[in-house]
Amino acid sequence: MASTLLAETPRGGFSFENCCRNQFFEQKGIKAPTAYKTGTTIVGLVYKDGVVLGADTRATEDTVVADKNCSKIHYISDNIYCCGAGTAADTEMTTQMISSQLELHRLNTGRTPRVCTANRLLKQMLFRYQGHISAALVLGGVDSTGPHLYSVYPHGSTDKLPYVTMGSGSLAAMAVFERGFKPNMEKEEAKKLVRDAIAAGIFNDLGSGSNVDVCVITKDKVDYIRPFDEANLKGQRQGSYRYKKGTTAVLKTEVKKIPFEVVKKTVRAEPMETV
Amino acid sequence: MEATFGSTEFWRNGPQPGALYKFPGHVNTTQASQIGAAKRTLAPTVTGTSVLGLCFDGGVIIAADMLGSYGALARYRNLSRVMKVNDSAAIGISGDYADYQFMKSVIEQRVIDEECLNDGFQYTPKSLFSWMTRVLYNRRSNFNPLWNTFIVGGVQDGEPFLGYIDKIGVAYNDPTIASGYGAYIAAPLLRDAFEANPKMSLAEAEKKIDECMKVLYYRDARSLNKYEVAIVTKDGTMIKSPIVSETNWEVAHMIKGYE
Repeated sequence: MASTLLAETPRGGFSFENCCRNQFFEQKGIKAPTAYKTGTTIVGLVYKDGVVLGADTRATEDTVVADKNCSKIHYISDNIYCCGAGTAADTEMTTQMISSQLELHRLNTGRTPRVCTANRLLKQMLFRYQGHISAALVLGGVDSTGPHLYSVYPHGSTDKLPYVTMGSGSLAAMAVFERGFKPNMEKEEAKKLVRDAIAAGIFNDLGSGSNVDVCVITKDKVDYIRPFDEANLKGQRQGSYRYKKGTTAVLKTEVKKIPFEVVKKTVRAEPMETV
Repeated sequence: MEATFGSTEFWRNGPQPGALYKFPGHVNTTQASQIGAAKRTLAPTVTGTSVLGLCFDGGVIIAADMLGSYGALARYRNLSRVMKVNDSAAIGISGDYADYQFMKSVIEQRVIDEECLNDGFQYTPKSLFSWMTRVLYNRRSNFNPLWNTFIVGGVQDGEPFLGYIDKIGVAYNDPTIASGYGAYIAAPLLRDAFEANPKMSLAEAEKKIDECMKVLYYRDARSLNKYEVAIVTKDGTMIKSPIVSETNWEVAHMIKGYE
């Protein structure tokens, strides 16, 4: 019954299979694993020739920085990219799932996928999970109908706008956008505005930090610039504290060989790990 | 008949004159019933949203819009949330308007008393800031807060000063200050502007503030496009009111549908 159209044709209705089990666990005191969040600033902007997406690179686990340079701009298809905020696993797996579904769709239709298709797939999946998949996405791309930019919320609503921001640093980034956005900007202007918006998030929000990644999508090509701006470089050590060789005088040198013998050799087949 | 008419048994367990009636099946909720009618601000009623403060070369500028919100209702559209204290200090207020009116009358009386002493001294911004911090922290410690955030600004010894005091007594000073939603939306813009040009002129500062108030009007759902500004320089305090910023809604032409 393997369908060649889409990887999964989901059954209608909501799946509450695990709710009873989860409740039972809670009662017994077994705590659910905490989510590994991204606490982010992600932005998207439509300019003259296409779409510019931007993201910071800090991944947080509550108040600790788990990854100083993670990649938040995910590949959906050759002409569509998606920035993700929220739980890192959710954004990663959701975008990968939609990417594979879109690839099968592309092979089936023989056409370059449209951004609105990716949007539909994303919102239908997220709504099905009623917000439990904590993925807030900025989806952008250029297709045969032109450049498009969407913001997708964890509960499944979408907005189609000329400029969007998501994540904990979204208010700081949106303030910069509201100040500087103009319709039909030039590429360099657009890249600078995106960089400034992410920088506002990085320096004014504690959940965002490190570098600025930028992805410029046009009709003909995609420019994935990572990093676009290394805003937070680690300080350089001023001097070296290593002692020079010969500081401590060597009195005597002796080389000994440690004898050992092979007792037993076993060869064992290990099955490949599959998901 | 006479016995029952004047008898206290007639209305057993009824309300005492001037007291609140305890309905049958009443559960003794500690705080509220012991206090009786609410004598403490437990939740703000008419509120003001963000207040912004920016230091420029030779003074400070404090801005606040003229809206008093009754929850989600834009009820009072001509409220003044900036106040001139004297020629070297001004304050801007966000939070409960009633608590501000109380504080305003206290400050005004103190300024009058100060004038009466006629010794050439007046409240400096730093002393005002210090006193207000103590008042707010003290009230919070007695579970009777003034539900406000005060931005105190002025010029002292030729140097501009801007301070922030919260309802829980958090107090600090900084060249750029924003309260409420302004902290998330306007603070990044003000910080950028100050870092790029710490010695900007009054005209530049006014322009930056206008830009921030405009963005706040776009993105804060409890704001108004009419605001007041208090400017304190070594020459004195001036209040400019009302200012309406020009908003640009052209982007609406680019938006159609949601997918």
